[in-house]
Amino acid sequence: MSELQAASTGQTPPADPNTSGGFSLVAVVGAPNCGKSTLFNRLTGLRQKVANYPGVTVEKRLGKVRVESGREITLVDLPGIYSLTARSEDERVARGVLLGEMPGLAPPDAVLLVVDSTNLNRNLSLAAPILALGIPTLIVLNMSDDLRSRGGLLDGERLSEQLGVPVVQASAARGEGLEAIRAFVSGRSTAPQRLELPVLQDIGSRRRWAVHASGQSGYQAPAASAWTRRLDSAFLHPLAGPLIFLQGVWAGVGSVLVFLPQILFLFVLIGVMEDSGYLARAAVIADRTMARVGLEGKAFIPLLSAYACAIPAIMATRTIESRRERLATILIAPFMTCSARLPVYALVIAAFLPEKPLLGPLLGTRAAAMIGLYGLGFLAAVATARLLKSTLLKRQSPLPFTLELPPYRWPTLQSIGLRLADRSLIFLKRAGTVILLTTVVLWFLASVPRTDGQPPEISRSLAGKMGKAVEPVIEPLGFNWKIGIGLITSLAAREVIVGTLGTIYGIEGGEEEGDESSPGLQQALKQDLTPGAAVALLIFFAFALQCMSTVAVVRRETGGWRLALAQFGYMLALAYIGAWLGKTLVEIWV
Amino acid sequence: MPVRTLSDLKQGDEGVLDRLEVVAEVAERLMELGFLPGVRVSAGRAAPGGDPMVFRVDGSEVAIRRATARRLILNDSAQTGEDGTNV
Repeated sequence: MSELQAASTGQTPPADPNTSGGFSLVAVVGAPNCGKSTLFNRLTGLRQKVANYPGVTVEKRLGKVRVESGREITLVDLPGIYSLTARSEDERVARGVLLGEMPGLAPPDAVLLVVDSTNLNRNLSLAAPILALGIPTLIVLNMSDDLRSRGGLLDGERLSEQLGVPVVQASAARGEGLEAIRAFVSGRSTAPQRLELPVLQDIGSRRRWAVHASGQSGYQAPAASAWTRRLDSAFLHPLAGPLIFLQGVWAGVGSVLVFLPQILFLFVLIGVMEDSGYLARAAVIADRTMARVGLEGKAFIPLLSAYACAIPAIMATRTIESRRERLATILIAPFMTCSARLPVYALVIAAFLPEKPLLGPLLGTRAAAMIGLYGLGFLAAVATARLLKSTLLKRQSPLPFTLELPPYRWPTLQSIGLRLADRSLIFLKRAGTVILLTTVVLWFLASVPRTDGQPPEISRSLAGKMGKAVEPVIEPLGFNWKIGIGLITSLAAREVIVGTLGTIYGIEGGEEEGDESSPGLQQALKQDLTPGAAVALLIFFAFALQCMSTVAVVRRETGGWRLALAQFGYMLALAYIGAWLGKTLVEIWV
Repeated sequence: MPVRTLSDLKQGDEGVLDRLEVVAEVAERLMELGFLPGVRVSAGRAAPGGDPMVFRVDGSEVAIRRATARRLILNDSAQTGEDGTNV
């Protein structure tokens, strides 16, 4: 047997730097929520998203580990799996990579099998099919700090003997055991010895095999986390549960009202829910309500994150096993009020609605309007889900709702801080790419054709002609050609309309540059839009899918243009009809 | 005596799972989550309204709908080993 065989708990498996070759692609495999991505981040220095609920990672992620010899080894982080039977999209990704069926990616030549040592029996069941692959494997007994502190026991050396593969006790969260893992990754190893593996197809026999191996290694499961139970008696309480949840949503929604810096507050809120383990409970509470519109509790997780941005939300639907329910969730996710809509809402509301207290100092007219728009998006999502239930979702999914609940953990300041930093970066990147590019293109279109070297009047420019071309279509909504230009540019991304209108009115007013938040822009809007048209504009933005990145992601995730275009068309039609209705109603009342 | 199922367990009650009366695909997923014939299952807090239910099984907590729990039949006469498997 190789030297690695003997190496085990806490010791560094001897790596031989003189041997050429070694591993080039190492896969990180394990059950959902066992800490694969945390380990991956530790080893690669990357910042793959981690949180405390099963199904955070839905796509393979590559990273590099530099080992002592100076060589770089590629690590691939995979979505969590319970077995090699893949039912959902994220599980198919993990299985595909492991079996070398991923186009463009060689089969891995070593595996880091991450197991949650506080729940060894279940986690080891996955070891059987993984070891049967015959790829050199290191079993990483993660969360061993948790195991110890909760009074559990495990002899890693004996487990290594039992399984015939090296084993290391580690804590990815605290960075324990990393040296031994790095040494394994850098070293050469032989295939695991032929073991008496259980009948792989039989889950019962796999499970008995795992219980036997852990029993022989003196495994004693830790005491159940006491405060997980205590907290659940509040969070899953028949009355308090939904109240705590609603309060959370209220804090999220309410905070956004005052806007931009507070968008980050929304992210903190979602971050705390994700990291503490509460999100999975919220999904359980939401299951019954979701069932009424033909969805399941798991769809709640992507829909909540769609309040930040629809793109990660659509990715997150990969954990939904039923394809129909997954498609339905993808189709309704962009109705959730994402953060890109906020600048538009804020501009129009500030221009048209004077701030007056409505319910004491807590709720003013502007805040109420904002809440109304959040509600409008949500209602459109629910109505669409209902519609899908009687069409696309007519046949009920054979796979029922199942969700594993993680134990509660304290969210760390560091992880929340990193998330905010990432979010701000994404925001800046968007401003620097999509938004900047559209603005540049618009500026160009607004300054040609030149006559005698002079830029044209904006109404005669190419941009103006484009606006005039759509004017007959949008005229019933009360929009003129200038708003038309804004609607065209906002097809790239919603918030672009704010800059576009700033540019147009700025050019028109002869100013150098339009200040986007200036009262000047609000004044200009007030002259160009009736109150009815302003309402129409808000409703249009609540419903229309003006976000090319979302359309692109939907095309990729649904495997074709058909649904992506159908969704775009449906949302556009709804936006047009809704906007017209809104305008008409306002004109009747006012 | 009518058969008892997981949906009959009140919070804190324990039972031994006898069989899963669901189609193979569903049974497989449930067994991967720990619902194996012979294991001991205890009922935790259910969501408000009593659905979905949360069960402690095989060292972790899993939420399933009441309708699913109704298809998981209890064995009222079985004894289990300490590790939760049938002996």
